[in-house]
Amino acid sequence: MGIKILTEFIDLPDLNRFEVYRKHGGYEAVEKVLKNDTPDHVLAEVKISNLRGRGGAGFPTGLKWSFIDKSTDKARYLICNADESEPGTFKDRYLMERNPHLLIEGMILASFALGVQQSFIYIRGELFYVLNILEKAISEAYAKGFLGKNILGSGFNLDLYCHPGAGAYICGEETALIESLEGKRGNPRMKPPFPAVSGLYGCPTVVNNVETLASVPWIVKNGGEAYSKIGIGRSTGTKLISACGHLKRPGVYEIELGLPVEEFIYGEEYCQGIRNGNKLKAVVAGGSSVPILPANLILKTAKGEPRLMSYESLQEGGFETGTMLGSGGFIVMDETTCIVKNLWNFTRFYHHESCGQCSPCREGTGWMEKILHRIESGQGKMSDIDLLADVAKNIEGNTICPLGDASAWPVRSTVRHFRTEFEKHLIEKRCPYIK
Amino acid sequence: MSLYKVTIDTIEIEVEPGTTILNAARRIGGKVVPPTMCFYSKLKGSGGKCRSCLVKVAQSSEKDPRPMPKLVASCSTPVQDGMVVENITSPEVVEARKAIVEFLLINHPLDCPVCDQAGECDLQNLTYEHGLSSQRYEEERITFERIDIGEKIQLHMNRCILCYRCVYVADQITGKRVHGVLYRGDHAEISTYVSNVIENDFSGNIIDVCPVGALTDKTFRFKSRVWFTKPMNAHRNCSKCAGEVVLWESGEDILRVTGRKDQYGELEHFICNECRFEKKKTSDWIIEGPRKIKHSSVISQNNYEYINPAENNDGNLGIT
Ligand SMILES: Cc1cc2nc3c(=O)[nH]c(=O)nc-3n(C[C@H](O)[C@H](O)[C@H](O)COP(=O)(O)O)c2cc1C
Ligand code: SF4
Ligand code: SF4
Ligand code: FES
Repeated sequence: MGIKILTEFIDLPDLNRFEVYRKHGGYEAVEKVLKNDTPDHVLAEVKISNLRGRGGAGFPTGLKWSFIDKSTDKARYLICNADESEPGTFKDRYLMERNPHLLIEGMILASFALGVQQSFIYIRGELFYVLNILEKAISEAYAKGFLGKNILGSGFNLDLYCHPGAGAYICGEETALIESLEGKRGNPRMKPPFPAVSGLYGCPTVVNNVETLASVPWIVKNGGEAYSKIGIGRSTGTKLISACGHLKRPGVYEIELGLPVEEFIYGEEYCQGIRNGNKLKAVVAGGSSVPILPANLILKTAKGEPRLMSYESLQEGGFETGTMLGSGGFIVMDETTCIVKNLWNFTRFYHHESCGQCSPCREGTGWMEKILHRIESGQGKMSDIDLLADVAKNIEGNTICPLGDASAWPVRSTVRHFRTEFEKHLIEKRCPYIK
Repeated sequence: MSLYKVTIDTIEIEVEPGTTILNAARRIGGKVVPPTMCFYSKLKGSGGKCRSCLVKVAQSSEKDPRPMPKLVASCSTPVQDGMVVENITSPEVVEARKAIVEFLLINHPLDCPVCDQAGECDLQNLTYEHGLSSQRYEEERITFERIDIGEKIQLHMNRCILCYRCVYVADQITGKRVHGVLYRGDHAEISTYVSNVIENDFSGNIIDVCPVGALTDKTFRFKSRVWFTKPMNAHRNCSKCAGEVVLWESGEDILRVTGRKDQYGELEHFICNECRFEKKKTSDWIIEGPRKIKHSSVISQNNYEYINPAENNDGNLGIT
């Protein structure tokens, strides 16, 4: 078993209770920092750790924090992005459900580093039971003096609030999230300005993913240096991977970055291979948005090197032959899967979730869905394949927020790697997988 | 403050920091000005949505580390010192703009012959200048019922391109939120908590800011094709607005009153509902004379003041 930073105690019964968490070293990082440390020191440790955002883009967390302008007298805010709605991604839920205090502790530390006195957890509305778990944990933390006024007598004040979303994937995009938190329609904002300059209520704001924030207590306790030694190259630390699909043992795994993909799929400790002894067909490695790869390219790069679970290795080959680590939603498909139908399903999702603000995404996602539906149901024609790829190309890079790209990447990569499967649908005028 | 030097389509210009690429291009004028469907200089917060103003930033400044080249919305991207922008000189932009026009049209009814806006429609003009000549979309189009917004205005969502201009007008004139957007994606609809917005004296301006035939003047609907009318500049002493309008006449009758639009199709002033809907007699107005219409506009077929096409070099087919 590799090192566990986030999930060491995750199977303990009642870990979500304050005493249990505390007994296993919980809130020690907060104690340490509030007694002896400066905010700048915490920031420095996070920088040294090379921790990268776990929400999908992998942006260096220390760098993001250092964009916050501390010279103004405006309020500053920290928001935890717990909207987790990307198909295939279910790691934040697992963490919050089992170990809510770890997230709270991470938020206290981050707030201290950033000089924040009010922070928010924006949680996906469907996770109502998790909201209850979080709120209970938050009230325990208040009662024990880890939240509220003058925490542990240090003079540091912090209030923490939960806010449930109302069922929109787009509210996971950080600026749409901020709009929604302000009580408005969840439309992404134009950037610049970035949230670090003008975020919630026009104030400097940091938005971080649940897993990102939950990694901070370990970094503070053990030092950024120690964290940076875990993992591989610029992919430091551990990552939660939510593995689903046709695996013998799907689930959420904490892996050390750099683990070979093959070992993750087939290893005894991890997913234990494909169900029913079937053959691996394709993998979507980082949540539904990232390019899909056929079995040969997910196990090995185009250069023939073993593919690793790291930001760099998964990107090896660019979008031609590579993909992205994304949010860590690892979707595995065996030989019985119709790739066209899978793509139709993904595209239907993006069509449904587009906010509709900008024309390429609003119109293009629906168009792609209709073409795919046509092909899957045997009504398509040969020219539809190129049309589909062209519509995706016209969306990509031309939209306000990355949802447009997220809808285009699966389409372009599926056409790139599985063209013959589309052709089969078109020649046979039916889905070859429906018996 | 020192000025920023920007190059747009090889033409250099110096502008104040904070200026958008679009406004820098408008400063230069002519063909380098990107088309706009959602941006409206008088409406705070507008822009960024239609993407028809996309340009290529070939090179940003040393201060801006974002990876370039990249297509950006010129209406909502501020210039950087030393920025190099390509509009019509970039084949990529020309292609992207074709794609944007195509997207704007796939759920559009394309029944211009029976649309009241034909002849003065920004989408028609955009398509003519920047679009493809054929269409690739064969699916069913999304349709909506017509909705009356009070007695004088009709909303037909089928034609709406969700530019949000009318939403910003309503937000600006009423101070309380009465007009917004319902639902998401291609099912999004302009909504009105009807009575509130209509009670406002300036509500009629949502007709003039609408770039397409989604919001139309019910007192004018189908009375005439716009190019059979004679546009006349006129004014009156009005206590609510500047009272400067265009009368659209047919013979002795005033068929319609609108605000005056500048070369970018934007109203010079918002006009009040009284001027727009109530003053339909020639005796209500002091007529200044025929309004100049660009030679290239269909409306100018009725025009008796010829405008030299050589002067008409701003690449815009709208009304001047
Ligand atoms: C459409 C869309 C949905 C997103 N959903 C989430 C989400 O559910 N959770 C999340 O942490 N980040 C999500 N993101 C990424 C956020 O915008 C943001 O980058 C992230 O929360 C930053 O946190 P990090 O730096 O800790 O990764 C989404 C982005 C887009 C474009
Ligand atoms: S890309 Fe899609 S989701 Fe993002 S702002 Fe545009 S329409 Fe909305
Ligand atoms: S009704 Fe007209 S002004 Fe309003 S959003 Fe639609 S196109 Fe724009
Ligand atoms: S005018 Fe710039 S995006 Fe619409």
